[in-house]
Amino acid sequence: MDDRDTTIICRCEDLTLRDVQRAIDSGCKTLDEIKRLTRCGMGPCQGRTCRPLVSAQLSRVLKMHPSEITMTRFRPPTKPIKLKALALLKTEAGDEDHD
Amino acid sequence: MTERAQIVIIGGGVIGCAIAYNLALSGADDVMILEQSYLASGSTGRCGAGVRQQWGTRMNCILSRESVRRFETLNDTLDYPGDIEFKQRGYLMVAHSQKEWDQFQENLKLQNELGIPSQALSPQEATEIVPILNTEGLLGATFCPTDGHCNPFYVTDAYAQAARRLGVQIRTQCQVTGIDVKQGKIRGVQTEDGYISTPIVINAAGAFSQHVAVMAEVEIPVYSERHQILATEPVAPTLDPMVISLSRHIYCQQVPHGSFLMGLGDPDELKSTDTGHSWQFLHNIARHVTELLPPLGELRMVRQWSGSYNISPDSQPILGKGGPEGFFLACGFSGHGFMIAPVVGEALAALVLGEEPPVRISQLDLGRFARGDLIREPSVV
Repeated sequence: MDDRDTTIICRCEDLTLRDVQRAIDSGCKTLDEIKRLTRCGMGPCQGRTCRPLVSAQLSRVLKMHPSEITMTRFRPPTKPIKLKALALLKTEAGDEDHD
Repeated sequence: MTERAQIVIIGGGVIGCAIAYNLALSGADDVMILEQSYLASGSTGRCGAGVRQQWGTRMNCILSRESVRRFETLNDTLDYPGDIEFKQRGYLMVAHSQKEWDQFQENLKLQNELGIPSQALSPQEATEIVPILNTEGLLGATFCPTDGHCNPFYVTDAYAQAARRLGVQIRTQCQVTGIDVKQGKIRGVQTEDGYISTPIVINAAGAFSQHVAVMAEVEIPVYSERHQILATEPVAPTLDPMVISLSRHIYCQQVPHGSFLMGLGDPDELKSTDTGHSWQFLHNIARHVTELLPPLGELRMVRQWSGSYNISPDSQPILGKGGPEGFFLACGFSGHGFMIAPVVGEALAALVLGEEPPVRISQLDLGRFARGDLIREPSVV
């Protein structure tokens, strides 16, 4: 037990530095791989906190400049949104809803 | 020095990894997987993660039934240090039209005959399994308790780890740029990083399989189509089975983590390998799902994404030899490759090694399209 076990990297999914390191040790070389194996960045904030932390860790381990670390794809929504609000969205002017 | 392999598999999704594992298990040496990105980066890692046996063709029923049996013990079979998260909480398939209901009755007969424990439910009985189900306009449903959900990343990882232990080489971030065919025979594979001499190539390239086939001078009648999914915030267990409506082209389930995953098949979607997203999808899926399962309107979505279906003319995979000698196909899974991967992996490996496959798959060969022997699957989203 050391700092790595108590340093939280992804608050949404409750992941520590140790969890992230384990993923990197197992061969992950991209943010996407770490995300898929650990759920890091899959929570409500969608990686706002952990993405820079994990990419910093990757750049240290892989000895790459942080700018060379490929980001995960940015997707909607910016903030979590209720399904009932989405259901009420109007489609483009003039368009009929289609099934 | 020229690199050599006995068998090269193009595509590091669940299919490619399952085939590689089974080849190595049967004693094949020098098996290599070439993946253009990372493992499960394509359709596998983007799929809805459902595992169902309620199909309308004998072939799909058998492939999925046999795969469920394997999923049940896969952690042990592959000696996986993690957990593939196979949860059997069933699939509830709802019918809102007479045509759909009639089809379900036929499907049930077939499924039961093949030992799949599916059953017909009245709307009332359906709400006992899914209390939040809106029964308005519902004619009935079918339910199979041994259907379920499994984690595609972990299943792929489990196969890949087991394959590596048996000596399989897995190269990620390795793009195939050409296939060397001479006098009707496979000679090698050209990659961005060099040439690999091999007599056998297996095309398990998912959404890109038609491009890979062209490299081997064979045309296969498949195309890729974008399918979108959204995920919500995790909440307390609310929904046990996957709920699926074929007429509304939607499916919705709560995964063990607590998130709801829901997807929509849209006939107007892009026919390409695009994995982008659209807001129209969000509106359409939210409208359908909140109508069918009204309390979910209160859930917040946190993410949307998409992946490709690689669609064949009869919505069944193409498995077996095709084109030049030494070229094998494992593609055209039409949106249900993940759930049948365990048995497909065994069958393809057997075929390549000239052994008897666990399930007869000769009907799924490429030649069926020329012969007109299509086996159309009526029950796809």
